[in-house]
Amino acid sequence: MAASSSNGFRVIGTRPIRHDGVDKVTGRAKYGADYAFPGMLHGKVLRSPHPHANIKSIKIDKALALPGVKAIVTSADLPALPDKMEAAGEQAINLNHLSMNILARGKALYDGHPIAAVAATSPHIADEALRLIEVEYELLPPVMTVEDAMKPGATILLPSLRNKEDGPDKETNVAAHLQFKRGDVAEGFKQADYVIEREFKTAMVHQGYIEPHNAVGIYNADGHATIYCSTQGSFVVRALSAAVLGIAEGKIKVVPAEIGGGFGGKTTIYLEPLSVLLSQKTGHPVKLTMTRAEVLRATGPTSGSTIRCKMGATKDGKLVAAQCWLAYEAGAFPGSPVGAGAMTIVAPYNIPNILVDAYDVVVNRPKTAAYRAPGASNAAMASETVLDELAEKCGIDPLEMRLMNGSEEGTPQTVGPPFKRIGFKETVEAIKNSPHYKSKLTGANRGRGVASGFWFNVGLQSSATVNIHTDGTVSVVIGSVDIGGTRAAQAMIAAEVLGVDINDVRPTIADTDSIGHTDVTGGSRTCFATGWAVYEAAQDCVRQLKERAAKLWEKKPDEVVFENGMLSPAQPGGELKPMSIKQIASRLARTGGPIVGRATVNARGVGPAFATVCVDVEVDPDTGKTQILRATIAQDAGKAIHPSYVEGQMQGGMAQGLGWGLNEEYFYDDRGILRNTGLLDYRMPTCLDLPAIETAIVEVPTPGHPLGIRGVGEVSIVPPPAALANAIYHAVGVRMTELPMSPPRLLKAILKKRAAGEAQAAAAD
Amino acid sequence: MANKVIVEININGDPVELLCEPRQSLLEVLRDVLELTGSKEGCLTGDCGACTVVIDGRPVCSCLMLGVEAAGKNVATVEGLASGMSLHVLQQKFLEHASLQCGICTPGVLMSAKALLDRNPNPTEAEIRYALAGNLCRCTGYDKIVRAVTDAAAALAGRTHPAHGTVPSETASGMAGEMLAKGEAK
Ligand code: FES
Ligand code: FES
Repeated sequence: MAASSSNGFRVIGTRPIRHDGVDKVTGRAKYGADYAFPGMLHGKVLRSPHPHANIKSIKIDKALALPGVKAIVTSADLPALPDKMEAAGEQAINLNHLSMNILARGKALYDGHPIAAVAATSPHIADEALRLIEVEYELLPPVMTVEDAMKPGATILLPSLRNKEDGPDKETNVAAHLQFKRGDVAEGFKQADYVIEREFKTAMVHQGYIEPHNAVGIYNADGHATIYCSTQGSFVVRALSAAVLGIAEGKIKVVPAEIGGGFGGKTTIYLEPLSVLLSQKTGHPVKLTMTRAEVLRATGPTSGSTIRCKMGATKDGKLVAAQCWLAYEAGAFPGSPVGAGAMTIVAPYNIPNILVDAYDVVVNRPKTAAYRAPGASNAAMASETVLDELAEKCGIDPLEMRLMNGSEEGTPQTVGPPFKRIGFKETVEAIKNSPHYKSKLTGANRGRGVASGFWFNVGLQSSATVNIHTDGTVSVVIGSVDIGGTRAAQAMIAAEVLGVDINDVRPTIADTDSIGHTDVTGGSRTCFATGWAVYEAAQDCVRQLKERAAKLWEKKPDEVVFENGMLSPAQPGGELKPMSIKQIASRLARTGGPIVGRATVNARGVGPAFATVCVDVEVDPDTGKTQILRATIAQDAGKAIHPSYVEGQMQGGMAQGLGWGLNEEYFYDDRGILRNTGLLDYRMPTCLDLPAIETAIVEVPTPGHPLGIRGVGEVSIVPPPAALANAIYHAVGVRMTELPMSPPRLLKAILKKRAAGEAQAAAAD
Repeated sequence: MANKVIVEININGDPVELLCEPRQSLLEVLRDVLELTGSKEGCLTGDCGACTVVIDGRPVCSCLMLGVEAAGKNVATVEGLASGMSLHVLQQKFLEHASLQCGICTPGVLMSAKALLDRNPNPTEAEIRYALAGNLCRCTGYDKIVRAVTDAAAALAGRTHPAHGTVPSETASGMAGEMLAKGEAK
């Protein structure tokens, strides 16, 4: 391929076709549910129909007697684990809670909580068996909202739960209270000419990946187990499954299948240990897959929340103080992303006085899991709409307001050290200069809104090997699963360093026995950290290539230069001709054997990500329906390796954020039962709901990273709900404080405003 | 236990005789009986479109149809979209435009798009979005999918495509396949 980009790179910045592409457009790619093995059994999970109940007894005899049923397991088949934070692989986690989420122990804590699992010769027989299991429940009152859970005297979900503040004797549903502070907010608000304070509520929403969870477990007579599954982190699955099953980590091999979306939701375990346990009981491979209803009822959505946000500005637009209070639904076990919400809520701005309180609260809903920039979209809905109100009060353009107060290099973060070089203001400028923002929006009930967002990104650990083959082609082996173009980006980095054609590089994703530890594909870390490992592994190859050429030429390695895939003597002239990688590759056997480049990273110096978006909407004032007319996102990518997949991350996250803003919500009835368990009623954006999403990639390199990469996977979901709320205000004059801004909610707000207007007019008559 | 029945279906141009339970959906028959796992399961309720196949020219959610109901019909699945070593132009354009991220929706989207282009070779953007509204994609925000389908229609009509400008021309040439899917007996 002759493509080259104008940015000083040869491969980076171009748009080659992904290496796994043909498999994925021909139906050949194997996702977890596509695996089948001889003698394989099918598993199903019995789930609690009650949101909160004591489990008095479970009778399985009738179900076991059904022909074709091979085994049934309950929490009695799992080891009891300590009720405290422990290391499991690379994370600290409460293993008792993890285990109780795999199979309920003593108590069912949400509608859909797993009670038992069956293995049978067909999925239909396993389904029939579920109906024959008899469970006796003692119903308890469900606690569905953070307000109810935090009330004095509230029904308690987890009798052993304590928090630091309330001490060791007090039962509570509040798992943690965090506080972040800078300056003096009381003093700060005194300087403000305008203060806006609002309370927000956001609904629990799901990642909505199209592929349901799946796992095939094979337990061998020698005590070794293999798990095939679609996961964002094969090493996480190994560590957590080992812990839950009480098996040594090294005895489990996880083979990551292709993955049909995750967005954070596939960074933990559900079916994986059950597949191994059922295999152990039956001696057969056992496959489990979830239905969509199971995915929605019982895998981790992200938190619904209540947020109070108060911000003050001087009349010339300077932000002087911000005080926020956030309470997030953790689900049945502690661990909501409220800490991240608290640390991101005002992070894009340089505000001298800040006080943020954050509460992690258990409720009778499924245990939440990560969802793309976890916790930040809820928070931005609050702060970015309050900021819009302040800008209006000050009479300042909302983008100018963001530029005036925007964080930049040296601005202190809500926690921790000041920002290094960041690209926040550049994203605001990019929107300001976009064809979209420069265009005029006219027409009744139409409005334009902007908003910005911040996300940390993470580094963590990755491993990579790069092999030079005898024909000069290259294979790259990594442990990061490919959820949206990872193979292509990693191969491009190796091709760039080695100066070879992108089509001469084959990327492979290895199982947990075949590559060093690699953390999840998540936290916007893959291109940043695994890309760093691949870069270093390719450099390791370069070092060895130079040594080999030096040997052939009877020179020292530092007398050999490597450039654009060619090895040549540092001193030109003489009869030594430059050698390509292909040429030397065929002679490796004579110079010391194969070349394998290796690298591992525990990546530090992560560059935070910022995005700014602009949306135009038209609201139907008679129905409350919002149509999105135009949408643009600007995001700092540091350095875009494959711009098409960077745009894809921006567009995909924006689409999810727009769905979160307008339609998506978990709807529980007053008995605590989830009522929208299908994709017709859990309404994600379709092709018809969205306009083309315009993109502007901003490139402010991350200091310290060899290629300047910044993670791009998450921040795109942060600003859209707030941008929509701001656009709706500018369209119809109502400030929405609840997500989603679905037609019924918006119509109610419009009618309330109309009634208030009419009352005022009547009073004036 | 349900008694199995023999069903004859024409799949991707080939007559296939198979044994299935009456309660098995066509999707289950394709995936579990015939090992054609290219059609995906996202919901089993007709809401996601990952299981879309083309039956006698019309896109159908194979999860909503029983296998026995497909008897005597012509079923086209993603496995039959390419001919030999030639990708269908839709497949090629999806690769060039980076229209898939995780790829789980892709087989269904391709089949819906094929059904569209077969009956309307020159669709507007609105028509494309309407035809694909039954296929949920959670990764892409649909923009690059719509561009690929637009571009594929243009390529089929022998027009040069509108300036998307994202694909190096060398990778864009040479692989575009024939438009014919083997299974389309009309
Ligand atoms: S699986 Fe058939 S429409 Fe979703
Ligand atoms: S590419 Fe993942 S759902 Fe469409």
